[in-house]
Amino acid sequence: MLKDRHLIQPGDFTVGEIQGLFELADQIMESPEKYMDVCRGKLLATLFYEPSTRTRFSFEAAMLRLGGETIGFSEPGSSSVSKGESIGDTIRTIGCYADIAVMRHPKEGAPLLASKKSVIPLINAGDGGHQHPTQTLTDLMTIRRYKNRLDNLVIGLCGDLKFGRTVHSLVKALSRYENIKFVFISPNELEIPSYITDKLTSEQYETTRSLEGSLGKLDILYMTRVQRERFFSEEEYLKLKDYFLLNAKKMEKAKSDMIVMHPLPRINEISTDMDNDDRAVYFEQAKMGMYIRMALIMKLLGVE
Amino acid sequence: MIKIDSIKKGIVIDHIKPGCGHTIFKDLGLHKVGYTVALIKNIPSIKMGKKDLIKIENEIDLDMTMLGLLDPNLTVNIVENGKITEKIKLKLPEKIKGILKCKNPRCVSTIENITDIEFTLIDPENKIYTCEYCDTPVKA
Repeated sequence: MLKDRHLIQPGDFTVGEIQGLFELADQIMESPEKYMDVCRGKLLATLFYEPSTRTRFSFEAAMLRLGGETIGFSEPGSSSVSKGESIGDTIRTIGCYADIAVMRHPKEGAPLLASKKSVIPLINAGDGGHQHPTQTLTDLMTIRRYKNRLDNLVIGLCGDLKFGRTVHSLVKALSRYENIKFVFISPNELEIPSYITDKLTSEQYETTRSLEGSLGKLDILYMTRVQRERFFSEEEYLKLKDYFLLNAKKMEKAKSDMIVMHPLPRINEISTDMDNDDRAVYFEQAKMGMYIRMALIMKLLGVE
Repeated sequence: MIKIDSIKKGIVIDHIKPGCGHTIFKDLGLHKVGYTVALIKNIPSIKMGKKDLIKIENEIDLDMTMLGLLDPNLTVNIVENGKITEKIKLKLPEKIKGILKCKNPRCVSTIENITDIEFTLIDPENKIYTCEYCDTPVKA
């Protein structure tokens, strides 16, 4: 039962519970009209302490398509946070008005802290460079849809693996499935943190600096953008931002059924000449995100 | 050898690494108490070569988490009527609360007043714990 639970990191739900979410999301995709009123009278609060377009729109679209309503702020300057209110007090107050809340915060662990004080289900929509569990659900759903399985896969993760929260969450989540091999492709400065690799065996992963050298063995390539906001120095950001570029030419080295995923937004890391390649699924991935969030909201609210 | 009387009722902290007795003595606040306490340094030891030892002639509540964190190889002996009635072998605590601080500038604990952060042991050999909020490794 997911009713009244929080989702702070992917490991909060069992593999079975996640499977239940996928199945509900499949049903919603098949017959969206059956679900257009299930959240009538329910209110979703979106607490975005950091700018976001995609994730916030995805959650808002999900709630509106279920017949519910949304309230919230999209930057802390427009809320009582700017007056110095603590995260705990904010979530307690929001719990008096809304039925469910979504939080994005630049500080790592902020949603976990909030969940300890929250009387309504809380969903982590990204905390700094740490976790982004609903993006992970989106990613898992996309993989399941295109590869028909979540086991026996070689997945390359490329780009900013140090601050890329989508990568951290996805590795944690996929490592619970059988025979998953990770290929971490990044410059030295943006390597995957040791607290992630410490939980893997040496057979489960390899690290490399070469995207082209890895392409041929991958079932999935997960590209990420180098995020300007995660750097303290502009110089460091400029040095690394164009380190990896994927284009149609490089894709000739990839398997014919390898899929290319990206949490979006992209900057330069995937060339637009890739967009018509059938293997590029990043826009479909965004659509999956809305459906899985619809399923998640329904399960946490306990509506059918 | 200097003679220090056995205690009747109290606690003996044994197997302290030589040179570390003073730190533990101070961390336990024993330099400020009114009852009988003794810090003995550099005692010859078959197992350790040399060791420090602390004797406390009083019943006090020892913070075993703190002691285990300071040195997981310590032994705490409980003494009643001049005899050891219980030997407690310390180990590194699996979880600790309110002792360590997270050093990650991106952690929420840098902007909120959180006094009870829980840290979980991930590497006993190097005494590495991770912050419950941001998973950053911290050396204890």
